[in-house]
Amino acid sequence: MSLPPVLASHDQLFVNAKRALLEFLSRWLPDWAVIGVSMLVTIGAIAAVAPAIMMYLTWLERKIIARIQNRFGPDRVGVYGLMQPLADGLKMLNKEDIVPRGADALLHIAAPILSVVPAILLFAIMPFGRNMIAADLNVGLLYLFAVSSVGSYAIFMGGWASRSKFSFLGAMRSVAQIISYEVPGVLSAVAVIMVTGTLSLVGIVEAQESRWFAFTPWGFVACLMFFLSGVAEVNRTPFDMPEAESELVGGFHTEYSGMKFALWYMAEFLESFAVCAFTVTLFFGGWQGPPVPFWTLGLLLIPVVVTAGRLPVPARAVGAAAVLGATVLWGVQPIPSWIWFLTKTYVLVFVLVWFRGTLPRLRVDQLMGLAWKFFLPLALVNIFAAGIWMWFPFPVGTAASALLLLVSAWLLVRVNAPAPMHPRTYILAD
Amino acid sequence: MSLFIGQGVLKGMLLTLREFIGTYPAGRVLLRMLGRPVGSGLFTVSYPEQKQQHSERFRYFPFLVYDGTPENLRCVSCKICEQECPPQCIHIVGPEKDAQGRPLKKNGRTYPVEFDIDTSICMSCRICVDVCPFDAIEMDNQYELSSTGRFNEMLFDKEKLLKSNEYFQKIKPTEAKTVDQRLAAKKPKAPEAPAAAAQPPQPPSA
Repeated sequence: MSLPPVLASHDQLFVNAKRALLEFLSRWLPDWAVIGVSMLVTIGAIAAVAPAIMMYLTWLERKIIARIQNRFGPDRVGVYGLMQPLADGLKMLNKEDIVPRGADALLHIAAPILSVVPAILLFAIMPFGRNMIAADLNVGLLYLFAVSSVGSYAIFMGGWASRSKFSFLGAMRSVAQIISYEVPGVLSAVAVIMVTGTLSLVGIVEAQESRWFAFTPWGFVACLMFFLSGVAEVNRTPFDMPEAESELVGGFHTEYSGMKFALWYMAEFLESFAVCAFTVTLFFGGWQGPPVPFWTLGLLLIPVVVTAGRLPVPARAVGAAAVLGATVLWGVQPIPSWIWFLTKTYVLVFVLVWFRGTLPRLRVDQLMGLAWKFFLPLALVNIFAAGIWMWFPFPVGTAASALLLLVSAWLLVRVNAPAPMHPRTYILAD
Repeated sequence: MSLFIGQGVLKGMLLTLREFIGTYPAGRVLLRMLGRPVGSGLFTVSYPEQKQQHSERFRYFPFLVYDGTPENLRCVSCKICEQECPPQCIHIVGPEKDAQGRPLKKNGRTYPVEFDIDTSICMSCRICVDVCPFDAIEMDNQYELSSTGRFNEMLFDKEKLLKSNEYFQKIKPTEAKTVDQRLAAKKPKAPEAPAAAAQPPQPPSA
């Protein structure tokens, strides 16, 4: 067991790798240069990882949507179509860059860049694992909301600069939608801030060591609202009014082509990844594994073992080998924090694509009604419910806050229910 | 009235999840174990590797039928199909004439010198097959005919169009059977006599 120090802990693999590199360099470089290199390594890692994530999110989305629609999805370029993102990238690079006549050329090129920058900036405060955060800001959550709202400027700028009715309408819808959904998004995060007493994302993750907030009454509601508001903010189905193809051609990016168009998509996919990552951070324990001891996971295996008799023999053998391997691995060293974080994030990414494969687009009034008439009051009630949950001891607080949320959700649905229409009578029908 | 808020959304999402899982073999096993319907499965036919089984009556471009050897083609160059073709894609030169201008006969019938079908114009309407009194032209089911040349490769000449009656029987057994029966009925009374082949075939009375 004489592993080099870098490989000693796969939980801290990347952290140790960076430290080893810096120690190696500090033999020749002065201190200030080492600090600079440290920054550059982190920035370089994010700048390299973010586009790679975006590329394979497009692949993942196409594959999952295809499977939901009983198709294969991309499977021609490379094994399982894994080279498809590269082919798409080459295609985008080769396309003509069209600027409409009469458009504001400067704003037209600045807008997609401005939309990608905040999306990548969000990666700076993403806690990928234990000690694996580029900048552990003590106002991390504030930074998150400040930076993510810059994207709406970019979208409006792009729509305005295109000098096209479709772009302009899409941009207006987008701004209205993003501003509306920021309110319940922020308010649902306020409950988390109140309970944890910190704005730092590392602090919030560490506060969830004993329980994930998604499994508390207020946390469940806040999680749903935060995630759905996030989905609405990044303009994804079922909230993709700004780029409703059937009404607006392409929405705010109608007049974009080639690499500029790809930048819009990059921003959208990076932001949807960020939505999933921050939902995991705030409500699903971030980089931590499930807050249960290992033997309870063994209990979960009992139904699997019971039903195994009905499986074919090869499946049983593979399953047994997998369980044995997982047990051995878990016993030797727990699953690394960054794998937990990425797994949970990609599960949420799957949910996001699953939404897209299932739900049709909302109408504009339904979209706005959901934000202002349902999410906003429920988020306010939720802050109160979080207070109750904190103030009273365990069973009372949980039950009281759950009851309060259930009743208020039911009331909100009743109050917002559309007025019943009178049955139509046809005078001349007979 | 729904039991809880968002019930319809959850129901729809479970449906799509079932379709998603049902596209994987292991997922189908899982769904069967749970006693759930397995969904529709993958519909896609990966075209160049797999091909769809098309119906016997599927048709594309016409071809000329010959009996036995390519010289023994059924077409007598009567030019009815050329007249009837709506997009006028058939071009026939013939029949072959001797020095006095009388049509030459081979195996007891006249034959075309040239028979061209421009497949870039043909609309696969099958009218040529319907009007042919000799059952000399039939519809093929080959569809992988893409080419780079508009005039050279897509203009099918007589050599390219000629296909045997066995081929016709293979691709369209039912239709070929009725055609063969009709042709046998039209044959002269003494089918086993060797002179029968020298007799010109009678056009159908109908």
